[in-house]
This record gives sequence, C-alpha cells and structure tokens, in this order.
Amino acid sequence: MKSIKEKHPLATRWAHWVNFPVLMIMIWSGMLIYWANDVYTFTIFGHTFFNFFPALFNKLFNIPFRLAEGMAFHFLFMWFFAINGFLYVLYTAISGEWRQLLPNRHSFKEAWQVLLHDFHIRKMLPPQNKYNAAQRIAYTSIIVMGFGSLITGLAIYKPVQFYWITWLCGGYHLARIEHFILTIGYVLFFVIHIVQVIIAGWNNFRSVVSGFEIVKSQPSTNIKISEDEKPV
Amino acid sequence: MKNPFSKQPAEKIVSQNQINRRHFIAFTSFIGLNALAYCGWRWLYKSPLEKSGITAGARTPLRRALNQNELLLRKTFSKDHLVQTYPKSMADKNVRVNSEIGIDDADFDSKNWLLTINKKDGSQLQVSLKDIIALPKTEIVYDFKCVEGWDQISHWGGVKFSDFINHYNLQEEAKLQYVGMATPDKAYYVGLDMPSALHPQTLLAYEVNGQPLPVKHGQPLRLIIPVKYGIKNLKRIGSISFSEERLPDYWAEQGYDYYSGL
Repeated sequence: MKSIKEKHPLATRWAHWVNFPVLMIMIWSGMLIYWANDVYTFTIFGHTFFNFFPALFNKLFNIPFRLAEGMAFHFLFMWFFAINGFLYVLYTAISGEWRQLLPNRHSFKEAWQVLLHDFHIRKMLPPQNKYNAAQRIAYTSIIVMGFGSLITGLAIYKPVQFYWITWLCGGYHLARIEHFILTIGYVLFFVIHIVQVIIAGWNNFRSVVSGFEIVKSQPSTNIKISEDEKPV
Repeated sequence: MKNPFSKQPAEKIVSQNQINRRHFIAFTSFIGLNALAYCGWRWLYKSPLEKSGITAGARTPLRRALNQNELLLRKTFSKDHLVQTYPKSMADKNVRVNSEIGIDDADFDSKNWLLTINKKDGSQLQVSLKDIIALPKTEIVYDFKCVEGWDQISHWGGVKFSDFINHYNLQEEAKLQYVGMATPDKAYYVGLDMPSALHPQTLLAYEVNGQPLPVKHGQPLRLIIPVKYGIKNLKRIGSISFSEERLPDYWAEQGYDYYSGL
C-alpha cells in the first residue's frame, strides 16, 4: 500500500501538453517570419553582444527564404494557441485551481527564499502547497505573457482594423519588438523549466502525465493528515 | 465555508496495483496522443501544395486556413478605420526601395504612358497623367508596412482611387468584388478586394515627398493602399480591371495570403 496525492487535474495536464508543441510551432514559424527583417540585436551601452540570429543558427534550422510558409503556419496555429490558452484560463478560474496558482501576498518574499534555496544558499524551503512561491510567480507570468503575445500579435497582424490594440502596445513598431521579446521570454522560461523538471525528478514529472504523485512520507503521518481534513 | 488557502491536496492510500493501473492508462494515452499529434503534424507538413490558380505555392490545408482567416477578419474591415497619419516632417526622405519587378524595363518611356481602364462592357478607357493630375489631389503621410516586417513613414500625393472611380463614371465597375492592377509589361500584378480599393486612403499616387515619382518608386503612377502590405502597392500602373472573381496577384501565386490586409 502506498499513499498518493492528486496533483494536476486532467484539464491542466491537457492544456500543458497541447501548449507545448503548439508554442514550439509558433516560435519556429515566427522565426521564419522574423528572418525577413532580422534587425534586432542585444545591445547594452553601444556594445552589441548578440544578433538575432547568427547566420549559422539560421542555416542550422533551415530558416531563410520561408516567409510565406512561416506566415501560413503562424496564422493557423495562432488559433490553437489562443483557444488552448483561453480554455486553460477558463478552467483554472472556474475550478478554483487559481488559488493554487496565483501569487499571494507572501509569494514575492517566499520566491526569494526559494531562489536562495535553489542556489544552495539557504537550507530550508518555505512551506508550500501544490506550487512554491517561485512557481506561482513563474506560472502566472507565463499565462500573462501568453495573453501579451496574443495582444501584440493582433497589433501587428491587423494594425488598421484593431488600431486601438496597436495603440495600446505603443504603436506598430513597438508591438513587433514586444512580440519578439515575449518569445525570447518563453525560450528562457523553457530552459529554466526543463532544468527544474530534471532536478525535481521522475515522480514530479510523472504527475504531469498521470495527475498524481506518490507521497514519500510514512503512512502514519498520512492517516493523521486525512483525519485532520475530515471535519473541514 | 472552507478556507481554500488552507486546503491541502487530498492524499489517499491505494494499492500498488491501482497505482500501476493508473500509470499504465495515463502513459498509454500520453504516448498514443503524442503519436497522433506527430502524425497530424507530418500530414500537415508533407501535405501537397495547392493546385496552381489565382493562388499557388502554399500547402493546401494552410491555404484553406488563410482563406478562412480572410473571411472572418474581413468582417472587422471598415472604411471608417483610418490608417494613422503623421506630420510631413516625420516622413522619411530616403524612401525604401524593395523590389523592381515590373519597373525594370529600360525602354519604358513615361512620356508615352497612358493608363488603360478595362471597363465592364469590354471597352477601354485611356487616361493620361495630365488628366489624373487635374483631379483633386490628396496627400497622405503614413506608416508603410512591408510583409517582411519593416515599416517606414512616407509621404505620398495623388488622387483618391474612389475619386478617380467617380470622375470616370466607373460606379458600375466599383460594384464588382475585385480590382486588378498590372504594370505595363505585366510582370507584376495585384488583385484587391473592392472595399479595400475604395477605402478613403487608397491613392493613385504620382508624387513622393512632394516630387514626381522617380522610376524606382513607380513612375509615373503607382498604387498606395495603406490598408494592405507593401506587396499590394503596385508600382507603375499600366492597366486596371474589374471582376466579380479574384484577379491575378503576383505574391498570392508565391504562397502569400491573397487578402494581405492590415
């Protein structure tokens, strides 16, 4: 006999695993589009550290001369990205899962403690529920970023018909830059996310597929907790 | 009322068999759905190019999606949605040249140029540049947008396409769904939906930055249609036609969206 804990509802898992390939396709097709006017650089105080993207990188991923193709893919998969994101937000709002997700007033202080812990500076993790404070901030931010991608994307896609959205983004030119930066943000998120998933281990990863985690603690403790829960 | 913030995820004691069973179901479904998604992607990626017609060069399902997007997003089009305009001082003095398709004929002489209008009844109307310049002039300074992703504020002068239509009594033609324009050598051509063509900011332009168009910008007359990407802004218009059906479009034959509206 083992103790298990329900962790991720089916809808959450579904949205997560649909989003992964869809976002990959959006980033890839976005790079096909961006190539046609690849003017962005990472420059601080006049020193250019990095060009988006080096020729070698473009060649490696077969990026050049595929603008029309990139647009066609981008403008189909944008629907899947938007619908999936909308359904996730709707589910999270209605089911009450948002309580496990949104940062609360302790999160920003605790996230710092989580960060110190992850860098092995601090020994103890602050007490947590499903997500720790850093996760709450990261996973909420990524949803806000997804919404930002839709808005900035729409501002570039139809800047005349949705002129007020373009205006909100600070104009056409800025909207394209914001859309690009958000994408760089996803890539950075992805890298940290993968590292964290590897560190968290198999039991944690498995729960994003199966929905439940096997609890490592002693059975006696588990019984105590379930008794505590009864009167609630 | 229970306090949602104190709620711990429920734990329960189950047998190893139950755990194994749930893991088996979850991972079989996960792998199965991933395989399905992969097959779906392969199908889309390997799907054949559309049959060449008015549009060409895109994968069949993707062309269908582009056309469906057009149908949906055309509903948001309004002639009252104007492109933002700027003061003349903000217009770039070096107007970018991106393509010379259709204007690279060295023998072309703009002095002999006449604009040919192919009317609905099959007759033709020939209009000289002098006649066009005599019509009320409209100027616009706006952010020209290229499908490649760059944009540039530029200053154009000419006659509104809708004024041109009214002056030459082409109201019957304007009731049709599409307009087509082509360079004199027919090397470059664009097809436009009528609402976009009749948009109040669509110009038949003969001036850039207050000067007559140079060859590289489409001397003597070019299209400026701010509700479309640059690819629709034909340089050196030779002929204009009208139809109930989509008319040929250079870039729509190369995999680009026919509508290309902003």
